[in-house]
Amino acid sequence: MSEPILWLTVVAMGAVTYAIRLGPILLLERLGMPSLLRRALTYVPPAVLSAIIFPELFLSNGALAVSPGNTRLVAGIVAAIVAWRTRNVLLTIAAGMAALWLLQIVIAF
Amino acid sequence: MSTPRSEFLSGLQAELAIALGGIPFGLIYGVLAIDAGLPPALALAMSSIVFAGSAQFIGTQLIAGGALGVVIVATTFVVNLRHLLYSASVAPHIQRLSARWKWLLAYLLTDEAYAVTITRYDRPGESEHRHWFFFGAGVMLWTTWQASTAAGIFLGAKVDPSWSLDFTLALTFIGLVIPALKDRPSVASAASAGLVAVAAFNLPYKLGLMLAALTGIAVGLWHETRQSGALRLRPSRLGEHDPD
Repeated sequence: MSEPILWLTVVAMGAVTYAIRLGPILLLERLGMPSLLRRALTYVPPAVLSAIIFPELFLSNGALAVSPGNTRLVAGIVAAIVAWRTRNVLLTIAAGMAALWLLQIVIAF
Repeated sequence: MSTPRSEFLSGLQAELAIALGGIPFGLIYGVLAIDAGLPPALALAMSSIVFAGSAQFIGTQLIAGGALGVVIVATTFVVNLRHLLYSASVAPHIQRLSARWKWLLAYLLTDEAYAVTITRYDRPGESEHRHWFFFGAGVMLWTTWQASTAAGIFLGAKVDPSWSLDFTLALTFIGLVIPALKDRPSVASAASAGLVAVAAFNLPYKLGLMLAALTGIAVGLWHETRQSGALRLRPSRLGEHDPD
């Protein structure tokens, strides 16, 4: 691709992305929010966050890895327990990273 | 009492860990984009014009592979479809803001900023300045993304992968999602979305994520309807009004 075409492509990528991010905000304001949609949207955070978390924990290089040797799964479970007990995001991150590093050291031996 | 300033600062702070975890991705993107033959100025500009990590990675790969511009733009569309859900989800919260705010916040609406911001909106207690929190979270992510992609492009900088900094994304999301699991429908929604995401992970263009999110929403709604159907029997028997 020539350089002007490359720039044009990137600008179009940006326009498409921005339209997706802005569209529903403007449209729902104009059309009003049907109550079924309003209820459906309350499930976006748990659904999307879990959909991002689960593959990070349960897959290793794209393959299912449910075993104590899967350090990310174990560290993730530790983090989930800390999140449940403390409801503190920073503590959750700290506990999860500490668990992961510790497990990596243990496994290296 | 929350002020625009205090909300902005809490937004910056809440986004900090997740933004730091994104630095390795920014560095890798920068290095890959140069390897793919993109001019440095364009590789850098893409981070502010598109501002979407996965789409930038895939776009760079497609450019390197000589794909047609139309294909690249269509792929970007599919990869970023999940942002429709984020946009619809924040819409009621920012409805009363000026057009200028909406256009600005929509630009900053990434996975990472959405996750942190929606949790702020869902916390009880009204504050009329919560869009400043959204803005702070967005600014923090935007700044670290620009800086890390620039470091990858111009310095070829890398982070040792054994540090596993990328894991902070999953950890932040765990910290955000667990307190949000307040009832059976939300637990069912999270569990079903997670399982589908694992099963459908190998679908191209992040479609597995979209499929998982839609499944989770449907399952949550279904449980809620079943539950409220059961609840409705009791008030009607007692002759009370349905709160709805």
